Amino acid sequence: MSNVLAIANKELRSYFSSPIAYVVIGLFALLYGYFFVALLAYFVRMSMQAGQFGMQGPQAVNVNQQVIRGVMQNVTILVLFLMPMVTMRSYAEEKRSGTMELLLTSPLTDFQIVMGKFLGALALWVVMLAVSLIHMGLLFIYGNPEWKPILTAYLGLLLLGGCFIAVGLFISSLTKNQIVAGMVTFAVFLLLWIIEWIGSFSGPTVDKLTTYLSIIGHFDDFSKGVIDTTHLIYYLSFITFGLFLTAKSVDSERWRG
Amino acid sequence: MIEVQHLTKRYGRVTAVEDVSFRVERGEILGFLGPNGAGKTTTMRILTGYMPATEGKAIVAGFDVFDQPVEAKRRTGYLPETPPLYPDMTVAEYLTFVARIKGVPSNERLQRIRGVMERTRIADMANRMCSKLSKGYKQRVGLAQALIHNPDVLILDEPTAGLDPKQIIETRQLIKALAGDHTIILSTHILPEVSQTCQRVVIINKGHVVAVDTPDNLTARLRGNETMYVQVDAGGVDATGALTRVPGVMRVAESDRRDGIVGYEVESGSGHDVRRDLARAVVASGWGLLELRPMRMSLEEVFLSVTTEELPTAPAAGTETANE
Repeated sequence: MSNVLAIANKELRSYFSSPIAYVVIGLFALLYGYFFVALLAYFVRMSMQAGQFGMQGPQAVNVNQQVIRGVMQNVTILVLFLMPMVTMRSYAEEKRSGTMELLLTSPLTDFQIVMGKFLGALALWVVMLAVSLIHMGLLFIYGNPEWKPILTAYLGLLLLGGCFIAVGLFISSLTKNQIVAGMVTFAVFLLLWIIEWIGSFSGPTVDKLTTYLSIIGHFDDFSKGVIDTTHLIYYLSFITFGLFLTAKSVDSERWRG
Repeated sequence: MIEVQHLTKRYGRVTAVEDVSFRVERGEILGFLGPNGAGKTTTMRILTGYMPATEGKAIVAGFDVFDQPVEAKRRTGYLPETPPLYPDMTVAEYLTFVARIKGVPSNERLQRIRGVMERTRIADMANRMCSKLSKGYKQRVGLAQALIHNPDVLILDEPTAGLDPKQIIETRQLIKALAGDHTIILSTHILPEVSQTCQRVVIINKGHVVAVDTPDNLTARLRGNETMYVQVDAGGVDATGALTRVPGVMRVAESDRRDGIVGYEVESGSGHDVRRDLARAVVASGWGLLELRPMRMSLEEVFLSVTTEELPTAPAAGTETANE
């Protein structure tokens, strides 16, 4: 465990000692802020209209439903664009600069290295999510949203990010070139994102399969405030599988030399 | 301490190392010598557990590097060809990280880091970014990294590459000083380095071990006949005949000529000291004797002869050519 933490710590530090962390967090804050303002402005107009027409009751306008859930859904798009920047260098750079030789000749197991890198990237993701809490705080100051669905939504985002990181690490472990890693990661993320589109035209079996595979589909319930074990297990097994593939990819690279 | 048995490594169809076997005793410095692409780095990478061998076995500090990699790695320090530094860390941060992953207990960490920084003379660079270091300092930080967990075995891939002459001498002294407590394998293609620092040499070529011996034995083994260099001012006369008539001389060949001064290489059978007779013959002919010195076969020539021929059967081959 101490080895895992040593690597995680090193990863996190290297994000912050290079521009990557600042660029990613900055872009995230900017785009997230934009989504937040846009949805909030729409919500304000909606509720003013609702007030004018005298519509009352909890169904008509709901901060959780119309602002928070929408914003959370939009965050999933940001993950798609920003996460490849976080993961693309993780293995590719170590291989290019020769530091992989240090890691692989140190008394560490492949799994410890993978876990360390995963936790390091996940910690950066947590920092990004922490930035978004500021906006949520504003809602609590001026409004009265429910906190439980927000909590589940954040849990969902954490897991979703974890999935993207696991896939990103695997792709990064396949190449020495950061740019290639980044582009392939983005393409794969996009594919995982839109995979359910194909399902609606092609029979019930394929539909079911693609719906299950769609990484975004599983987030829906979290954003509504529901923790369904199906989705929990989907995300956790997705992460485990991604990390397993990464460890195997590092190992197979050893054999190929 | 290190035992390598019939090691073979193939990359697809390319065989990098084939049937390499050798032993290194505790406290010994073994030089690993070979031209570029001979398989030095591959062998070292197998020994450090970076990659597995296709066939064969390697035991480091009593642990099989394939079956018990973590135990073997705990006892091995490795300096790869390019020092594995993280450019965005300072030297102190880097060594702290390495100490952590190499399993140095946290209460000893500071002391160990200070110790290796002193030994490798990098203490003045402790707060410098690794990316801002000169090549020499990078190499020394790499060496510090290999030493940090006080390993039984040190594997150094070209430890003096890129250093200036003063640093090379310092590094060699450091390596020699480390030898007692640590068992060291170092690879190099700089030959004087081997004769100066190593107790034994493994010469490897095209993936095969072609010679294992002490540097002195290797030079002696391949010397065979004695060769003298004689420079004569004979005033335009060819001195070959006079020199050949000296008893014990087997062959005389002209090696250089400038302004009537001619240099000859005189080969004689081993055990014959022909220097006195050569000098007498030159002086008796009324010529000027400008230079007379024995030509030793350097390790460089040994190296060339074993890496260009298949097997080191050079002494026999030498006699044959002389008889022609």
